[in-house]
Amino acid sequence: MGKRYSAWEIFQRGLAGQRGWGPAWRSPEPKARYDVVIVGGGGHGLATAYYLAKNYGVRNVAVLEKGWLGGGNTGRNTTVVRSNYYYKASADLYDYALKLYEGLSLDLNYNVMFSPRGMITLAHSRHDMEAAARWAGAMQLNGVDAEMLTREQVARLVPALDVSSQARYPVWGGLRQPRAGTARHDAVAWGYARAADRLGVDLIQNCEVEQFLRAADGRVVGVQTNRGRIEAAKTAMTVAGHSSVLAEKAGFRLPVTSYALQAFVSEPLKPVIDTVVLSLATGIYVSQSDKGGLVIGGGLDLYPSYAQRGNLPTAQGVLGALAEQFPRFGRVRLARQWAGIVDVTPDSSPLIGRTPVAGLYMNCGWGTGGFKAIPVGGTVLAHHLATDEPHTLARPFGLDRFQTGALIDEAAASGIAH
Amino acid sequence: MLLISCPWCGPRAEPEFRCGGQSHIRRPGPPEAVSDAEWSAYLFQRLNPKGPHRERWVHAFGCGRWFNVARDTVTHEILETYLMTEASQARADRS
Repeated sequence: MGKRYSAWEIFQRGLAGQRGWGPAWRSPEPKARYDVVIVGGGGHGLATAYYLAKNYGVRNVAVLEKGWLGGGNTGRNTTVVRSNYYYKASADLYDYALKLYEGLSLDLNYNVMFSPRGMITLAHSRHDMEAAARWAGAMQLNGVDAEMLTREQVARLVPALDVSSQARYPVWGGLRQPRAGTARHDAVAWGYARAADRLGVDLIQNCEVEQFLRAADGRVVGVQTNRGRIEAAKTAMTVAGHSSVLAEKAGFRLPVTSYALQAFVSEPLKPVIDTVVLSLATGIYVSQSDKGGLVIGGGLDLYPSYAQRGNLPTAQGVLGALAEQFPRFGRVRLARQWAGIVDVTPDSSPLIGRTPVAGLYMNCGWGTGGFKAIPVGGTVLAHHLATDEPHTLARPFGLDRFQTGALIDEAAASGIAH
Repeated sequence: MLLISCPWCGPRAEPEFRCGGQSHIRRPGPPEAVSDAEWSAYLFQRLNPKGPHRERWVHAFGCGRWFNVARDTVTHEILETYLMTEASQARADRS
């Protein structure tokens, strides 16, 4: 168990040339049996382990990660945190996550660099303005902060944006969620990992699940991995981008299609944009990281993919729109471009809770927006694993909604064209 | 960038096409004999394989016609394109 991080410790280590910090978490050998095994060491899996140990005292827990912690979609997203959803069930879920993000650095004793810099959704026509007003109204009814902006207010908040009358995408105004913002994605994974480890959770990297262990009655009772057999009273899967693959191993199918979602980071610039901007017309969004790089995202590559790399036509569309809307970014060079695989459900809402197989639970299908939900995804799945009852917030998001018809269609609020 | 062979127009660039998702989905029936679970699976569940996948594409900015593509979802290699009414000759996926 590592020490508690503090300003005093940074000072002390500084006197010793910042040596002797030691690893932030242990690397234990897997035990033969756990109370809970979580497959997938990204943000959601690590948060589930942390809240199991912290909120429910379930500490005999292992998180199995086939690569390295946070190396999947947690390390590939564009770090935006927001709760500007349309339906009450979604707003409650995502706003709970946003509230946890607000106190996360203190809770985890790890600086996740949460920066509530606000997010502006641009409206480019009278119809966009009407849609935005309806959206803002829904958010306010859901108890989430929202305000409408005029064109002049947008121009003042985002000086780099072309709001002129000659603009290819004229700006009529927008919708703003002031409490939205960004957080450092790696730090969220590492913070949860370190905090879970301190509570006794085993984090096991380079450990790939090959198949599920089944009892005579079909119940999942653990996993067979490349590092041996690990039994578990309960098994959870939190494997964004691979939910269908793992479900297939367990013998069921999900209402999920996997797509590549691209992101781009530019060379570092001086501060030029201090909020997050999303355009309803072009589907692109941009913010600036603390290192100065523009962090840019857009729509999906619109065919199923597990390739973790984007295709050129989508990249051209995203970057062309960016250069059109922010003319001064037209000559900025990109430092990196990549893609993550997102598991999209038909109603663009997540799948949380029981699977059709006894002993196996899931938290998946967050589509293009899983990062912002990490704290709540962990909270509600931990609740379900510990109590065997769905958390109130997660109850509407069970797999059964695709039979009952109680879909929660958030295609628009997901913010990504798909 | 994919180079997709439309059965009518020949090899054309990816932006001319749109993908319509998994192909060869059969609507269950008659309706009164279909359970909620079967109907839900028909509407929503997809194979979503990591590997060869048979899917429908339309040459939206070309001849406008639909056809089938067998494509690997990891390498994006196109294994075959064939007509809507044909069966796939490519190595079998699980559909």
